[in-house]
Amino acid sequence: MSALIYLIPIALLMGLAGLAAFIWAVRAGQFEDPEGDACRILLDTDTPLTGPARARSGPGSAGP
Amino acid sequence: MNTVAVDTAGCPSGLAPPSASEAADPSPFVRRVGKQDRLSLTVRGAKCGACLSRIESAVGALPGVDNARLNLSTGRLDIAWSGDLSARRIACTVSDLGYGVAPLDTRAGDTGHRKEEQSLLLAMGVAGFATANIMLLSVSVWGGQGEMGEATRQGLHAVSGLIALPTLLFSGRPFFHSAWNVLKRRRTNMDVPISLALILAFSVSVAETIGGGEHAYFDAACMLLFFLLIGRFLDARVRRRAYSAARDLAALASRTVTRISKTGTHEPVRAEDIRPGDRILLAPGERAVVDMLIEHGESEVDESLVTGESLPRFSAAGMQLMAGSINLSQPLSGRATAASADSLLSDIGRMLEAGEQKRGAYRRIADKAVSLYVPIVHSTALLTFLGWWLAGLGLRESILIAVSTLIITCPCALALAAPVVQVVAAGRLFRGGAYLKSGDALERIAACDHVVFDKTGTLTLGTPRLVSISLPAATLEDAAQLARASRHPLSRAPTAAAGPGPIATDVKERPGLGLEGTVNAIACRLGSAEWTGARASLHNGAALFFVRGAELPVELRFEDDIHASASATIARLRKLGMGVEIVSGDRSDAVAEVARTLGIDHYTASASPQDKVRRLEQLQAEGKHVLMVGDGLNDAGALSLAHASAAPGGALDVSQSASDAVYSGGLAPLPLLVRTARKARQVMLQNFGFAAAYNLVAVPIAILGYATPLVAAIAMSGSSLIVCLNALRLNLASEKPV
Repeated sequence: MSALIYLIPIALLMGLAGLAAFIWAVRAGQFEDPEGDACRILLDTDTPLTGPARARSGPGSAGP
Repeated sequence: MNTVAVDTAGCPSGLAPPSASEAADPSPFVRRVGKQDRLSLTVRGAKCGACLSRIESAVGALPGVDNARLNLSTGRLDIAWSGDLSARRIACTVSDLGYGVAPLDTRAGDTGHRKEEQSLLLAMGVAGFATANIMLLSVSVWGGQGEMGEATRQGLHAVSGLIALPTLLFSGRPFFHSAWNVLKRRRTNMDVPISLALILAFSVSVAETIGGGEHAYFDAACMLLFFLLIGRFLDARVRRRAYSAARDLAALASRTVTRISKTGTHEPVRAEDIRPGDRILLAPGERAVVDMLIEHGESEVDESLVTGESLPRFSAAGMQLMAGSINLSQPLSGRATAASADSLLSDIGRMLEAGEQKRGAYRRIADKAVSLYVPIVHSTALLTFLGWWLAGLGLRESILIAVSTLIITCPCALALAAPVVQVVAAGRLFRGGAYLKSGDALERIAACDHVVFDKTGTLTLGTPRLVSISLPAATLEDAAQLARASRHPLSRAPTAAAGPGPIATDVKERPGLGLEGTVNAIACRLGSAEWTGARASLHNGAALFFVRGAELPVELRFEDDIHASASATIARLRKLGMGVEIVSGDRSDAVAEVARTLGIDHYTASASPQDKVRRLEQLQAEGKHVLMVGDGLNDAGALSLAHASAAPGGALDVSQSASDAVYSGGLAPLPLLVRTARKARQVMLQNFGFAAAYNLVAVPIAILGYATPLVAAIAMSGSSLIVCLNALRLNLASEKPV
């Protein structure tokens, strides 16, 4: 049972790390615009690198 | 500057129609921060990701713009730029894309509501964390029953208590605060039994832990908090959305007015800075924000939003212009006759407030359930304690049983019963083309048994369409060359019929008469019968005449088309058992025609805004619950007075603010709205019924003293889960129309 002495604090610390991340996310406004952020990931903001011959877009493009 | 073809203006998803109104100059609302200028705008009609990228990239491409970010959930566009870019150009860029735009007064922001929502979310997160971690410890206690040493159990309870204490202090605040506030006023609400249960559960558990007892209720207390906060958070979210709609009305009133100073210079000022007697200029395409008396200029004025009259009125010096009218052809200047706060727009705002107050008296089903619930729970717990104590059980055991009763009856399922249904129903309606504006909208719409429609812009498209079929294509093109130069609704119809093309040279707009100009070197006129030398029209609607040189005048006939979905919608509403009638401000023959086509027997024509309100009061006196559907400023009073109301997506901001729901894409979402509302009420009642049934089973178990922490955990999470799953059933209902 002595393992509990350090296992419980480790479990709690891991939980607290998650909680801290959540608190940061709320404070930083990550939940302010759920609809917009859901759309934003699909926006292709890349511009072609050189001329029209290169139709393939950069690694940032998303969607089929 | 960006110019976009008419067919792609506005939201490409079709959820909101393109806005036709001109952007006001937002320059008085620019804030200077360091070297940057900042401006916040409310954008109307942006509904999808494509809108987001179009608006952000168009504004971002303007010279000097450092940052442009649109919040799609609230419609707020924040722009930061440096250099001499004018605020007007930014607003025009957005409005040219087909979106409505108004400056946002950040002084009157919704920071209070945002803070509340944020703190509830934080409290919920903390409670969730604590619940999960304490449950981890509790499961080992329950699992090790009989084998676990007493010291280990006590240690685990102590750790649980150490997690629970800060959680209770942090996440419990919303409940303690609200309970304390009502207790001070010697009243009670749902938060009183919640706070009592939380505090008692915690104190008893601390006493048990110290005394080395078998049961501690730390997990139950935290789980209770977590579930209750989920319900509270969803409720706050719905309310904040309703509030941001009310803020749109404030944005409308915070428009800019062009004031002419004594030296003759034009300066843009905030509408609330206008005093009676100030000279103001109303440019073509601009909407009047204050009532004014015209001194110079003559023009056509679109008053359809104020009076419901679908055709523009000729206005000249000496005539009164009401706030809310749109100037169509020539610039007008005049004196403000009332401050912004005393103008018609604000009168309507006050009518809205009166309606809101009347509606505020509406008691939600949830509130009714709670007022029944609270005394029962308290007396049950008290009687349990007294019963066991008098029966000879020890003080400690009696208190423990009473507290477990209080915990197990605490209204987790009750707190989730209504908000979850609202969120699920709102999601389903959004997919069907309607969105809800207030939390109790569903309950009120569900109770409606009579629909009152406005005509112009609601049952009809609100824009005239050319119906002269025999017109030669060449004549139409010539007429369109004149018409393209004008904003008059009747001019837009031949333009729409002929499509894009050249504009005639030297076009002059004669307010009240028509247009004249040179097409292919021949002088042409498009206008009224007398002006073009034609005989009066026999057409039972609007008509224009086109005359080329010395040729005979040709008649162009117009009709305001009825929405394609109107008759099917009305049939479906009737099938749902609702009465249908029309109350319109338009001419009697126009209203009668529409009523006849749609088979509606009851209609009122030429109704002023007050007449509309009176008719609604009359219907309410007859015991009917009215669902009002309208779009104009003249409907706003009626919309806010009705038991429930809906406005089309193309309606004026005020009307959208006054209504409970906004729909788009024709009238088809209306039956869906009514059906979903009724279904939602049914599910809500089922949920409350379930919560009651749960208590009927759980309370005897608790009173008899069998409610161990394990039983409490299973019962509470099980009942909350069932309530949520039942709400999700709303999504399973067939998507096909009735």
